Amino acid sequence: MALATVWIRNLFAATMLMGIFSLLAASLYVLLDAVDVALTEAAVGAGISIILMLGALVLTTSKEKVHDARHNLLALVVVLITGAALIYGTMDMPNFADPKAPAHQHVSPRYTQESVDEIGIPNMVTSVLASYRGLDTLGEVLVIFVAGVGVLLVLGAGGFQRRRRESGEEEE
Amino acid sequence: MSPHIVLRVGAKLLIPVILLFGLYVQFHGEYSPGGGFQAGIIFSAALILYALIFGLETVQQAVPPAAVHALAALGALLYMSIGIWAMLAGGNFLEYKVLAADPHVGETAGIILIELGVGITVGAVVITLFYSFAGRARPKRGGD
Repeated sequence: MALATVWIRNLFAATMLMGIFSLLAASLYVLLDAVDVALTEAAVGAGISIILMLGALVLTTSKEKVHDARHNLLALVVVLITGAALIYGTMDMPNFADPKAPAHQHVSPRYTQESVDEIGIPNMVTSVLASYRGLDTLGEVLVIFVAGVGVLLVLGAGGFQRRRRESGEEEE
Repeated sequence: MSPHIVLRVGAKLLIPVILLFGLYVQFHGEYSPGGGFQAGIIFSAALILYALIFGLETVQQAVPPAAVHALAALGALLYMSIGIWAMLAGGNFLEYKVLAADPHVGETAGIILIELGVGITVGAVVITLFYSFAGRARPKRGGD
């Protein structure tokens, strides 16, 4: 699915394929028992980002510009080396569901065993996100807010501006 | 009105359910999967669906852009003011257990309030993004 998304030239179809890819990823997260992440992926990846991309396609064009067929050898070499390094890096990763993995050694036992007593909330994901890691979540919220402000600065406030223009015309 | 009648009726049936589900995900996040991020996005998805079918102007009459901008800032402000409230109550920044006499009540209240802030900001920012993109697209189409 991801390969098809990269290969296809029609950007509208590529956007749709990305949405399907996100939905498949969300079902994969459900299978891995990460329901919180799955809900986010389904809502953000398959829903909102596709809508925003369609909005961007309306603003620009839905056909990808085809470049000259001259392929860049250096880029291919760099990509191959980076990919090989990444795959080599995954070899050191602990096996799936290995209880001795570093991620399960540090703070996870405390979160899983004591968070219900400490916070009084059954969903551990929420207590980790909102309480233990409250400052990180605050950072995420601020990033989203700043992103919204940035889009407003670049694209303008949409209908707001237009309404102002219309009222200006009426005054003239 | 006559074209897309299925879309219009279907959306009218769906949108209240989506809004309700957004609120459920928001306020039930302590017990089931979900929370502010997901709830904000689901909530704004309902409004975007409304805008896609009934037009941007209809939505902007119900939810004016200025109010959305104010809400985006208000959510982040709510989050940070909870943190500062905890500092005033004698704890660290964002340490909710000092908010009430019972630490569990304090933690729960703090989490619900900051999740509300997250939800408000995320939903408002997503609606803002949509307004910006859709508002840009309209004049071009009108000019054709």
